[in-house]
Amino acid sequence: MFKKLIFSLGLVMFFGIAFAADKNSIQVKGSDTMVNLGQAWAEKYMEENPVDFIAVTGGGSGTGLSSLISASCDIAMSSRNIKDKEIALAKQKGINPNEIKVALDGLAVVVNPKNAVSKLTLDQLKGIFTGKIVNWKEVGGTDSKITILSREVNSGTHVYFKEHVLRRNDSNSKEEFAASSLMLSSSQAIADEVAGNSSAIGYYGMGYISPKQKAILVAKDDKSEYEAPTEANVLNGKYPISRPLFLYTNGEPQGLVKKFVDFTLSKQGQEIVSKTDFVALNK
Amino acid sequence: MRKLKEGIIEKLILICGLASIFFVVLIFLFLLKEGLSVFKTVNPFNFLSGKNWYPISEPPQLGILPLILGSFLVTIGASIISIPIGVACAIYIAEIAPGNIKEVLKSGIELLAAIPSVVLGFIGMVTLVPWVKAVFHLPTGLTALSGAIMLAFMAMPTIVSIAEDALYSIPKSYKEGAFALGATHWQTIWRVMLPAASSGILAAIMLGIGRVIGETMAVMMITGNAAVIPHTILQPVRTLTATIAAEMGEAVVGSEHYFALFAIGIVLFIISFAINVGADLFLHRKKT
Repeated sequence: MFKKLIFSLGLVMFFGIAFAADKNSIQVKGSDTMVNLGQAWAEKYMEENPVDFIAVTGGGSGTGLSSLISASCDIAMSSRNIKDKEIALAKQKGINPNEIKVALDGLAVVVNPKNAVSKLTLDQLKGIFTGKIVNWKEVGGTDSKITILSREVNSGTHVYFKEHVLRRNDSNSKEEFAASSLMLSSSQAIADEVAGNSSAIGYYGMGYISPKQKAILVAKDDKSEYEAPTEANVLNGKYPISRPLFLYTNGEPQGLVKKFVDFTLSKQGQEIVSKTDFVALNK
Repeated sequence: MRKLKEGIIEKLILICGLASIFFVVLIFLFLLKEGLSVFKTVNPFNFLSGKNWYPISEPPQLGILPLILGSFLVTIGASIISIPIGVACAIYIAEIAPGNIKEVLKSGIELLAAIPSVVLGFIGMVTLVPWVKAVFHLPTGLTALSGAIMLAFMAMPTIVSIAEDALYSIPKSYKEGAFALGATHWQTIWRVMLPAASSGILAAIMLGIGRVIGETMAVMMITGNAAVIPHTILQPVRTLTATIAAEMGEAVVGSEHYFALFAIGIVLFIISFAINVGADLFLHRKKT
């Protein structure tokens, strides 16, 4: 009797899930930076629309976009713009990528509060992180060796910082992080090391800044103003190390995809953006 | 009926025994299958002797020399610390310690083996790393030395318990003979017991080293993971194991980076296999 009950219950659940998967589910895939954000959106959305099912997975922006092109996901999350090559490939397969900006992300460069240096230009940052500038006195600090802290190569933040600060979005550039940079496995580890090490410099998403670290003011070049990594400066585009975060859909969003995209742009969706330490779009 | 039952049980145990070997072979074949593909793009010599590890650049630079040296540096450092202490501890437990102290020490060391490596790594990160930084006036405490000290703790239980077994299994007549010839306790230990147990102690050391070179979590947390060829033990290093653990998550399946990580796995497998075979040879020499 008991066994039968379990069996029929299992059967009901199986068909229930199969049914849901058939009718009301979408796949969201892409940027690891955005996975937490995507999952937070999906959870909240599913709480309010229990019949719909949204699966969010990571893998990297490139992975997400290639799944969109091969039609194996409905929405791609990306922390970079789609490349021309990818658009051409998509067109070939009859997919029409549609870009929706959903949030902004600012990267803070941080040092120990005891460090005398409090502002740097992008060129100086490039020099420091590629290992050409090795001593703090070269950028106006005290005479001590610079300890470079970086995220591991599996981090989207690492890739973004390399492409945007070290290589200046120049695809022919061969700049790399100095081999002597310490690779730490999380933003929190960088925050801790910076807090305890007066010669360290590191970078991470704005959400991790605390009074134990000092965020460096950054200027595009020596003629520009030095700007602090604040939400306002990211929103008005003054802070130079910030990036938009995108969702890509196939053509204009429709049905459940549209419902979900609209949700991410709604007031509630943007509140989740702020809660996950990204910068909400000014609506 | 009873015979049948015995037969079935025997066969079952046989299958279990074979299964473990079968799995090792499967794992090795899988490693080879995935790892050897990298040599289509990099030749093995450049892979082993290349000085740059930039796996996600275009084109990727896949040289694991800094990683191999990093692993060796940490391992050698850990051996220098753990071997004298471990062997001395084994001698004390086997020969000198009175009954109850012996029991306390033995269970204490077994407890040390039971601490998960991530916990040791975490403790190292908050206590040892700042200490190393302050004592040696370094820009950072995330160095090979910190890793070596922490790993020495991990190798110690292996070394102590196997070396102690080796000392314990020496026939009593050796010791009695030495005493009868008028040797002191220390002379007996140094001149008779240690040489007699040398193969077992060497095996203990080898297994301890094997444990160290395969350790991942703790070294990843406290050695800094900078893929640079180390010149001193006070520099950050990146080990083979930490590289695999840190990068496997992002490597796109089927990419050169992915194959390169499996190739690192092969290198590690060969190193620890050699160490284990070495230990085995020493152990068997004792029996003949």
